[in-house]
Amino acid sequence: MLAKRIIPCLDVRDGRTVKGVNFVNLRDAGDAVELAQAYSRCGADELTFLDITATVENRSTFRSLVRSIADHIGIPFTVGGGIRNEADVASLLDSGADKISINSQAVAKPGVIDELAMRFGSQCVVCAIDARRNPDFDNGAEEGWEVYVHGGRKGTGLDVISWAKEAYSRGAGEILLTSMEHDGVKGGFAIDLTRRVSESVGIPVIASGGAGTMEHFHEIFTDGKADAALAASIFHFHEIDIPELKIFLEQHGITMRK
Amino acid sequence: MNIAIVKYNAGNTRSVLCALHRLGYEAEVTDDPVELGKADKVIFPGVGEASTAMAYLREKGLDTVLTSLRQPFLGICLGMQLMCASSEEHDTQTLGIFPIPTRKFSLSPEFKIPHMGWNTLQYQDDRLFSGLEGEAWCYFVHSYYVPLCEETIASTEYGGQVFSSVLHKDNYYGCQFHPEKSGDVGEQLLKTFLEEL
Repeated sequence: MLAKRIIPCLDVRDGRTVKGVNFVNLRDAGDAVELAQAYSRCGADELTFLDITATVENRSTFRSLVRSIADHIGIPFTVGGGIRNEADVASLLDSGADKISINSQAVAKPGVIDELAMRFGSQCVVCAIDARRNPDFDNGAEEGWEVYVHGGRKGTGLDVISWAKEAYSRGAGEILLTSMEHDGVKGGFAIDLTRRVSESVGIPVIASGGAGTMEHFHEIFTDGKADAALAASIFHFHEIDIPELKIFLEQHGITMRK
Repeated sequence: MNIAIVKYNAGNTRSVLCALHRLGYEAEVTDDPVELGKADKVIFPGVGEASTAMAYLREKGLDTVLTSLRQPFLGICLGMQLMCASSEEHDTQTLGIFPIPTRKFSLSPEFKIPHMGWNTLQYQDDRLFSGLEGEAWCYFVHSYYVPLCEETIASTEYGGQVFSSVLHKDNYYGCQFHPEKSGDVGEQLLKTFLEEL
């Protein structure tokens, strides 16, 4: 039986892993390669690296970091942040990434999803969606959510469910859905939104933002219908350790890789 | 040991090379028939689309080279599917090493396609599995599958469909999952392929 996936996320700035609350107030969480190895060893099912480097010079530093992480871990990993075109993707895949995650550029130029899926295959194109609650988008009893870009700084006027469907129909192989409302707050994932996205697309959905307890993971896999759950600080700062989390979930009826 | 990785337009050669490095091996990435023929082991990775990959292999004359090799040969993911008779992916004639067609998943809507993530192998008695004990979890990413057949030595279930996750015929092996991305189990399978077969 296919297992649900637990994915630690490393937000990397200039070679260091950092983590903030609601996308701001970054604090240092350690060396990215060391963390990656530790996660690979302790049973993480996959890793995600997001490059939040501000400058162009540091993009090449990030590529060499991807390369050294690829040398050290034996599980799949996704790389995102600042990806604009096929050349960026080719260079990251060549550095050892298995999938790439695209966000702002996909919103700005949706055809880039089709191009990347055509050239590299849907399996390596993850469409990341940063979602923020917006009552203007409410539809009857359903809460409306708006797509945000540029690290969560800019609204787009797009409805999250419609955008997820479009990304799917254009050839994205997976959706990485982050609730900005929940990110870093540790009060639980956006269950209702995740379930609606998951039911709207025929590809796996990774839920992100809000993990604080092991029960939150259980909820997002059951009620939220997520295929994978991603978290950062609770893993980096050992508030929850992955081996114990997987045992807990397994005991509560969720299939986990052992 | 001389290990060759088949160079073509659908390879994820970098992750296979990394996995071999972790086991202490170097490999040559080549499409030269002479080099492929001389290698002790040949690995045929694959990520991409079947008809484009086959067109490229034919153009380079690799279709006849790959089907006439005598040393242990391991196809991975699309590589394994290309070793079968045909593929429903753009109705493509493939290499025909395993006499079975590759089919598209047709599952009820709650099962997402691609089949992506970690799943278990039900493995039979074969030397490739000699290093494994108990449950074997491997990482899969695919939208097409190979049905069970005489060459099946391991199977996996997704969405009610049981399919071949490892095939073996003579010197040819194929695995649907990515051993280079399957943690310790994948490393053990690669190690057995390199050192015991």
